[in-house]
Amino acid sequence: MKHLLGIEGLRRPEVERILDRAESFAEVGKRDIKKVPTLRGRTIVNLFYESSTRTLSSFELAAKRLSADVVSVKAAGSSVDKGESLKDTISTLSAYDPAAIVIRAPHAGAAELVSHWTDASVINAGDGKHEHPTQALLDVYTLRRQIGELDGKRIWIVGDVLHSRVARSCLLAFRLMGAQVTLCGPPTLIPRGAESLGCEVTYDLEGLSSADVVYALRMQRERMSESFVPSLREYAARYQIDSRRLGPRQLLMHPGPVNRGVELAPEVIDSPQSLIATQVESGLVVRMAIIYELLAGTDRQRPERGPAPADTPTIGQPA
Amino acid sequence: MDDNVVLDHDDLRRTLVRIAHEIVEKTGDGGGIALVGIHTRGAVLGQRLHALVGEMSGTEVPLGDLDISFYRDDLERQPQGAPVVHDSHLDFDLEGRTVILVDDVLYTGRTIRAAIDALFDYGRPERVQLAVLVDRGHRELPIRPDYVGKNLPTAPGERVNVRLEETDGSDEVAIAPAETAVAGGEEEA
Repeated sequence: MKHLLGIEGLRRPEVERILDRAESFAEVGKRDIKKVPTLRGRTIVNLFYESSTRTLSSFELAAKRLSADVVSVKAAGSSVDKGESLKDTISTLSAYDPAAIVIRAPHAGAAELVSHWTDASVINAGDGKHEHPTQALLDVYTLRRQIGELDGKRIWIVGDVLHSRVARSCLLAFRLMGAQVTLCGPPTLIPRGAESLGCEVTYDLEGLSSADVVYALRMQRERMSESFVPSLREYAARYQIDSRRLGPRQLLMHPGPVNRGVELAPEVIDSPQSLIATQVESGLVVRMAIIYELLAGTDRQRPERGPAPADTPTIGQPA
Repeated sequence: MDDNVVLDHDDLRRTLVRIAHEIVEKTGDGGGIALVGIHTRGAVLGQRLHALVGEMSGTEVPLGDLDISFYRDDLERQPQGAPVVHDSHLDFDLEGRTVILVDDVLYTGRTIRAAIDALFDYGRPERVQLAVLVDRGHRELPIRPDYVGKNLPTAPGERVNVRLEETDGSDEVAIAPAETAVAGGEEEA
């Protein structure tokens, strides 16, 4: 595997190998010296066009724990502000000869595009409404540690599915690992034809008690240009996961950041059933394992860089 | 298989008994020592030596195992999708101990260098020694074993195959000729 662009296209043994290796990195995290020299002398670039707390910080720390040199570039305050195109930014950063580029961008397909422009391994840290594969892998890892293999487990993904790259990646990953997935949310926030991805769709929380795991999504107010729900209050009344709706044996997950009082009631966020803090913890070791998986075996024979095809679209510039 | 067997089941057992004797002799009653096997077959040999040393000295010696794959200097040359090796287990304090690293084949010395690096991330042992079942020569680093089961002169292209019941179903050490050997021979660095 050279790039991680999405869960789509991954096979189960590949996922299992990454998760197994993450377990080994968890052991490293328990030592006094939580660092291994695996990537000494390699450079990893984090290129973030959208805000992020946990994804960026865990990628930075993952690279550091592997002894790589890491540079994080955020769109705000960089040349991107001055109108530099994604392609130009990538060629600028490629001058540092990075072994991997981690990219988050507001455009679906951005990571895939970047993979054509660089020799580095590309990791998709979220591309628009498309995919967020590292989040899905850390969620599978978290669940596997908690309840074992996911085969036959029932997982409900609740909330703003339409705007959620996490929902898409998680749905694919949970299904790949054998779980039964149900999508739940207001009809305006569930993409049409979602059933074709091999899941059930429902528009109310009735039946939630059958779920082993409830995966709540963040209401993405920043991506909502029109009114998808009458009001957040009304959304909360119908879809908020609270202690009344969450059964005592059900596990609760959320990719963060949480809108307290919107998709989750405060009391369930801090309840023992909540895996939200564990998810963040898993993020570090799973991202270490992903970087390891992509860079293993990539002997540094640099291919000659040919001219890019003339019709390559460029993000950040009018077509 | 056109392997040339150099140690059979009984030879291998006798060799380990002798190494265990030497360890007890050199380190006194076994106080203050710890055995640490290097994955995969070194860890198995570590377990066997642990049992033997325990019998001979009458004391329970701490036993650990070490996965050194994160410490190798050749990640990019390793095969893609290589299987995951096990976690390391070192549940005792290394401070002030004589740690005896155990591996199956000593070859270039690179594995041992990586193992020493790994070991020092866990603590600061007083002394580190090395026990190997087979020393096949061709060192690329200034590393020498303290306990050797068998010195085995080999050509660089040949492959030394250590098979153990726990991992391979039988106990033996064999040399495979050059043409079937894979260059590099990563099992036995």
